[in-house]
Amino acid sequence: MKKEEVPQDKSNLASAHMRELCYAVDKQGNYTTALSTGWDPKTIALDNHMQDLKEREEEARAQVKAGTASPILYFMEAQRMDLYVLAGYVGMWGWRVKRHLKPHVFKRLSDRVLRKYADTFEISIEELKNFNQ
Amino acid sequence: MTTDFKHHQAAHCENGVASNLLKFNGLNLSEPMIFGLGSGIFFVYIPFLKVNHAPAISYRPQPGIIFSRVAKRLGIKIKRRKFSNPEDARKALEENLRQGIPTGLQVGVYHLPYFPDHYRFHFNAHNLVVFGKENGDFLVSDPVMENTTVLTPAELEKVRYAKGTLAPRGQMYFPVNVPKEVDLKKAITKAIKSTCSDMLAPVPIVGVRGERLVAGKIRKWPEKVGVRKTNHYLAQIVRMQEEIGTGGGGFRYIYAAFLQEASDILKNPELKNLSAEMTEIGDEWRDFALNASRILKNRKAGTDVYDALSDQLYGLADREEVFFKKLKKAV
Repeated sequence: MKKEEVPQDKSNLASAHMRELCYAVDKQGNYTTALSTGWDPKTIALDNHMQDLKEREEEARAQVKAGTASPILYFMEAQRMDLYVLAGYVGMWGWRVKRHLKPHVFKRLSDRVLRKYADTFEISIEELKNFNQ
Repeated sequence: MTTDFKHHQAAHCENGVASNLLKFNGLNLSEPMIFGLGSGIFFVYIPFLKVNHAPAISYRPQPGIIFSRVAKRLGIKIKRRKFSNPEDARKALEENLRQGIPTGLQVGVYHLPYFPDHYRFHFNAHNLVVFGKENGDFLVSDPVMENTTVLTPAELEKVRYAKGTLAPRGQMYFPVNVPKEVDLKKAITKAIKSTCSDMLAPVPIVGVRGERLVAGKIRKWPEKVGVRKTNHYLAQIVRMQEEIGTGGGGFRYIYAAFLQEASDILKNPELKNLSAEMTEIGDEWRDFALNASRILKNRKAGTDVYDALSDQLYGLADREEVFFKKLKKAV
């Protein structure tokens, strides 16, 4: 990549006043660095990823509404977590967290366990319990 | 309390932290030099490990190893500590700052408040340096940012104790013994040799063979997992190649910059030619990312677009195989 070809496309970096460093060659063929505001192919890939996350979140919301999953699934997806990450944050085994995704198991959870989830999602126990209403 | 630590922006966090910490300790090595000395260029495809619901692909070796290799090859001692108790982690960091030691930390990205929302995901092998504490806040040098920033103790604790794969567990590290004179020539030769054997390794998921494996998968994915998932996987590849602070082209440009520096140090003109060749390979990777993004954007049906992309990756693997064989002979 030549220095004058370092892309300066519009991207989400601008929202945080960020520019990223790229390595490129100058006219003499020597390596130097240049700042880039973004590159469209990257933005497209990132948008694709964000779209995917959004779809997962909406799917989870629908599942909770339909009563086939507990609110924990929705908040997990909304926080871009997977089962393993969530299990790490609440300090439980993955299989236990997986059980808690079932509505009838979720209903019987003690406040002590719910607190762990609520703290992880940075919401109150009530918000977690009453998500469906 | 603060130290006279100088922040330099870098493309990649780990090289950046290593370079900045060593500069503070009187050893002036650029980011590409760190990257090259740590044999940072790599390729691995791990189908059974899922990252963001797509198979893991990485253009670099596992986190932490670049700095460790640099240290080993130059005779630098690094001290690394992990803490089960966040309180101890904070105290140890503050004690370091009191002694005027800027300290590297492994952190999770998701809770970093200064990152744009689009870049916040559960990735735990980010690196930054804390170089002081003022008015109760920690002074932070994150090498991918243009300027330094601050984090409150609560924010810092949260990112140091992020959970999930590669959980940092409060890890902090700092060089304790940096020699005045280092034998760069020997270290560079060793690093280049090690890189070549990594990239040409007889392991199906690693190096050029790994690239061929992925190229084959791109051809099969549309049929096997459907177009939507295939596109998601492609997006993941593009992000790993371009987004995660690679300096462009999946670290190929940084490596080319390293070869150029190495050519001057070793007085080996062949490395300069190879640097130019690596730049061209980097351009081809950029082109690959561009073509992949076109597929994502158009959502074109038909397998011929995927076949073309697959062929391009096969071509790249062939080029890199030739390249690393030449590089092996050149040192």
